[in-house]
Amino acid sequence: MTLELDITKTLCGGGRTFSLRARLRARGRSTVLFGPSGSGKTVTLRAVAGLLTPDSGRIELDGEVLFDSAARIDRPARARGVGYVFQDYALFPHLTVAENVGFGLGGGLFGGLGAAARRRVAELLDLAGIAELAGSRPGRLSGGQRQRVALMRALARQPRVLLLDEPFAALDPLLRRRMRQEVRAICQSVGAPTVLITHDPDDVLEFGGTVALYETGAIREVAEFPDGPEGGAPARDMLLAAHFGAYNEERTGKPRPGDSQSCDTQ
Amino acid sequence: MPGTLLELLANAAIPLQLTLKVALTATAGACALGVGAGYALSRRGLPGREVLDSLCTLPLVLPPTVIGYYLLVAFGRRSALGRWLDETFDVSLVFTWQGAAVAACVVAFPLVCKAARTAFEGVDQGLENAARTLGACEGRVFLRVSLPLAWRGIVAGTMLALARAMGEFGATLMLAGNLPGRTQTLSLAVYEAVQAGRDDEATFLVILTSLLCVTLLLASGKLLGRKIS
Repeated sequence: MTLELDITKTLCGGGRTFSLRARLRARGRSTVLFGPSGSGKTVTLRAVAGLLTPDSGRIELDGEVLFDSAARIDRPARARGVGYVFQDYALFPHLTVAENVGFGLGGGLFGGLGAAARRRVAELLDLAGIAELAGSRPGRLSGGQRQRVALMRALARQPRVLLLDEPFAALDPLLRRRMRQEVRAICQSVGAPTVLITHDPDDVLEFGGTVALYETGAIREVAEFPDGPEGGAPARDMLLAAHFGAYNEERTGKPRPGDSQSCDTQ
Repeated sequence: MPGTLLELLANAAIPLQLTLKVALTATAGACALGVGAGYALSRRGLPGREVLDSLCTLPLVLPPTVIGYYLLVAFGRRSALGRWLDETFDVSLVFTWQGAAVAACVVAFPLVCKAARTAFEGVDQGLENAARTLGACEGRVFLRVSLPLAWRGIVAGTMLALARAMGEFGATLMLAGNLPGRTQTLSLAVYEAVQAGRDDEATFLVILTSLLCVTLLLASGKLLGRKIS
């Protein structure tokens, strides 16, 4: 996977404005966007998925231009071939687990699934170890189970890249460790490259790869490490050193804008 | 006494049947238009959204006679629209049950529209976005995500619209008149019975109408009480 982006976006709301200027070139199986809340990681990810339109710039995935403000290209989210695992999982509460996972496989307006699609759903549920939950509704699932459903739903369409928005933040610490390994193992087994955003150094430790450090609306540093745990340790050390260096600078300098609410709902 | 009761029942059968026909037709129309308008108004990108919303609410605040007059001007025999309907479909809305249905539909429409807008705005945008990243076009997002999740609010609005359509009086009277057997619905029949001093008949019709409305309320309460987990 290669992802190249260079975008700007200004959001306003609650009397504050937040500006993002992100420039990144990532290749390989794993990319981690690391930084504190409100530094612009989610805005970047949503722009890649097509859920938010940057003010200007360009986004290219595997050589295909997804967005280019100069050339007036803006591929709709449905046509970007990108999987997205939302922070709150965004499972459809009125559909069963199997219907959730199969959502992206159904064509047409109402989208019944053919035999092949149903087999694929069964395979995916097996792979995630949640076959027995096929008929349950998301409201009855535990946090880890919801995450597996959200992951398999996003992987069902064989996306070119899987975007993970703080996937482990909502889990309790013990489960978090297990899900981290499980998610990486599943993505590896189906061959899906990942772009993960997090503020947890332990996520960096597990995923490694290209890491980008976000600071208040900009990418401060990008470095490439080997994918997985072997690149994770040096990546985490680099990030922490850079982050705390910046933190010390900031304590003596300007205040940092916090979470900014979007006035642009695209 | 039983003889008179049967007589009253026989007399009420035609306005009752007509009321149901008019109200159900009007509600079906109001539901289709109201859901469409409510969905459009719930989209943040729609230009002039609040102005359009006010226009859609207008039938709720205008006196029914004023609405009836507008409809008469719009669909009357001298209007281009009325002539076109007459020539192409051989349908006239003046002094017909279809006219009564159109009048009731216009009056009931804001109730569905308002309820639908609120219901669609209550649907988590994250879910609609999730559907988009899963390759769904806007039509599929609407039918598979937004509509099923807004369903309860829409049904509640539709029930109110049905009750409103059944009780419609002013606009119906203006457009369709009060012709027994053709456009005389229950509420018009009550009015005429009182005017003519037929108190027994009026009492009977009032009780009948009240029972109908209570049944409707109970049914909608039951329908909405069912959880979809």
